Amino acid sequence: MDPYIIGQQLVNGLILGAIYGLIAIGYTMVYGIIGMINFAHGEIYMISAYLTAIFLATLSMVGIDSVFFALTLTLALAILFTGLYGWAVERIAYRPLRGSTRLAPLISAIGMSLVLQNYIRLSQGARNQGVPAVMEGGFRIPPSGSEQFIQITNIQLVIVVVAVLSMAALTYIMQRTSLGRSCRATQQDIVMAQLLGVNTDRIISIVFVIGASMGAVAGVLVSLNYGSFDFHVGFVTGIKAFTAAVLGGIGSLPGAMLGGVVLGLSESFFSGFVNTDYKDVFAFSILVLVLIFRPSGLLGTPEVEKV
Amino acid sequence: MFITALKEAIFIGIPALLLFGPVTGLILNGYEIIVDWQRPILLTLVVMVGRFLVSLGSSTEKGKHILESFSRKRSANVSVSTTQTTLPPLAIAGILCVAALLPFFLGNYWLNVLILALIYVLLGLGLNIVVGLAGLLDLGFVAFYAVGAYGFALGHEYLGLGFWTAIPFGAGLAACFGAVLGFPVLRMHGDYLAIVTLGFGEIIRLVLNNWMSFTGGPNGVSAPLPTFFGMEFTSRAKQGGVPYHEVLGPIIGIDYSRSARYIFVYLILLIVVSLMVIFVVRLKNMPIGRAWEALREDEIACRSLGINHVTVKLSAFSMGAMVGGIGGVFFAASQGFVNPTSFTFFESALILAIVVLGGLGSTIGVITAAVLLTILPELLRDFSDYRVLIFGLAMVMMMVWRPRGLLKIRRPAFKLGRSA
Repeated sequence: MDPYIIGQQLVNGLILGAIYGLIAIGYTMVYGIIGMINFAHGEIYMISAYLTAIFLATLSMVGIDSVFFALTLTLALAILFTGLYGWAVERIAYRPLRGSTRLAPLISAIGMSLVLQNYIRLSQGARNQGVPAVMEGGFRIPPSGSEQFIQITNIQLVIVVVAVLSMAALTYIMQRTSLGRSCRATQQDIVMAQLLGVNTDRIISIVFVIGASMGAVAGVLVSLNYGSFDFHVGFVTGIKAFTAAVLGGIGSLPGAMLGGVVLGLSESFFSGFVNTDYKDVFAFSILVLVLIFRPSGLLGTPEVEKV
Repeated sequence: MFITALKEAIFIGIPALLLFGPVTGLILNGYEIIVDWQRPILLTLVVMVGRFLVSLGSSTEKGKHILESFSRKRSANVSVSTTQTTLPPLAIAGILCVAALLPFFLGNYWLNVLILALIYVLLGLGLNIVVGLAGLLDLGFVAFYAVGAYGFALGHEYLGLGFWTAIPFGAGLAACFGAVLGFPVLRMHGDYLAIVTLGFGEIIRLVLNNWMSFTGGPNGVSAPLPTFFGMEFTSRAKQGGVPYHEVLGPIIGIDYSRSARYIFVYLILLIVVSLMVIFVVRLKNMPIGRAWEALREDEIACRSLGINHVTVKLSAFSMGAMVGGIGGVFFAASQGFVNPTSFTFFESALILAIVVLGGLGSTIGVITAAVLLTILPELLRDFSDYRVLIFGLAMVMMMVWRPRGLLKIRRPAFKLGRSA
């Protein structure tokens, strides 16, 4: 096989994987702490894509022309507002259900996901929305003159840098700060953490906000890269990111990142060398197969069911 | 009291304004922004007034009483009794008579709505077996619906199946799919199972959409109109039969009417739905139905009491799928055409909403919810944009306030006396 095509798919797959990994963090953290699938997380990502377009357009209307400044500000605002949405979703749809049956939060999450989708459709319209190409250009390997090359755009570089930085920041928060310690304690044993004075309700809220912020980073990066989206994008991307979380071992942060990269690479190679039409089928099949044969994922520990 | 309520309203108003502000106030128009100050402020005011009234109301005696009735929600509306609640036979006969006579007074548009309502009743009954009775959350139920519909359409195209042979064929095919899906997912618990079924449903839809040479891809396949003993319900025979008005015209003197085919489908569907209701109600009282409900309540206890969870779960899956498949055959027959856009995840969510709003496990509740959820949106055409939003809100609110359903469910069980 042509090494340049393989190299190009490798680049595309890593970019895709970074995005899946960022969204997967939201699923994995919430699952780790309260054991539920936050089905509305894909919609949170979708909202952040809309917020990106809204803030970019507003900033350019206000007269901020510096690309770097506009992008940084958009990222910060998107993280802030999407985090707020994550908080609100937890507050409205999940917190009142603590201690209810196991199906209840999942059904409520599906309801919430329908609500968010249609909230966006009604307020922003059903048509495709887009983000202008704020950052163009890129470079090729080998540099010039060659017939065959691997193309890497500047946006793709930004994606890798921002994704690595946010994952590093998250790892730092979780491992080194007292907030992270409380999060890990709540994840290990929620009752014990409560007894030791951790405000677990607050920690759960914070976990939702962190998950939503990571989703927001992904939303900003994806809309800058692809430029176009509509109110449906949250569904498929959400399931794929969930696949990444399961693949890596749900509940584990490094697992989510690893799962994202593995899924991104395999999807990219599948659509590059086998068939583009069936790439979603491929991703969903991975999900089904992993859940059947290795539900604990690559890095997770098997769950023991107790009475 | 008034001041606290006001404080709480302001406290909720600030995040609400932040949430609504950018999304409803700044509207994307290409790469430009149209500013709309009114919408976010209006929405925030609605939230604040709502919060204010709730706070004010909950501080009065009556409000406290209402709140208390909500907090006793978890198990309070499940009463244990040895008798089954059923409607009196006279009421059932009355409802059936009205339902059977209804199509003769309605136009084609409303006939179609009624047919759709009955199809959703079937789907609701099917999913109710899986989710309501056996407690296995299936988010890909639409797959079985699609298998039934495509089973009929493709069966006609490749095997020359007619409508009547397609009903058992579609039902059997869907049941097989149910068993095939059920087998690998048996070991999973609630939410993993939900996601796998969701993935399965999407895989079926994507394959139907992409396998151009077999399914016709996004263009879909046409399905034949149903016939009755060689009579066709079109003005001219197309499938080698005789048009119904040429057979019946001389005997009872009726002319060709365009609504005849809809009336026919509706009446057949009504009979099938009635049979299915009887079937499901009977199943519920049989050992297998009891085993489903027991498994839903506590799987580990069931297994230690010797219930074979594999067969019980598999039977729930394939029975539910079978009912869904029959719904699919009727969908294809009434539309005369199927394509993959009818089988998106939204359909699954809608059927789930029917089962949830009907009160997980209650047959009467599911029927009522299915009819209401299909007919209400037609009556409220002006609000059709808000339909799904309201479904979603209703699902969330149901889970918060009445996780066991709107209707009071009586579960068949023996109650021990005090001396026991």
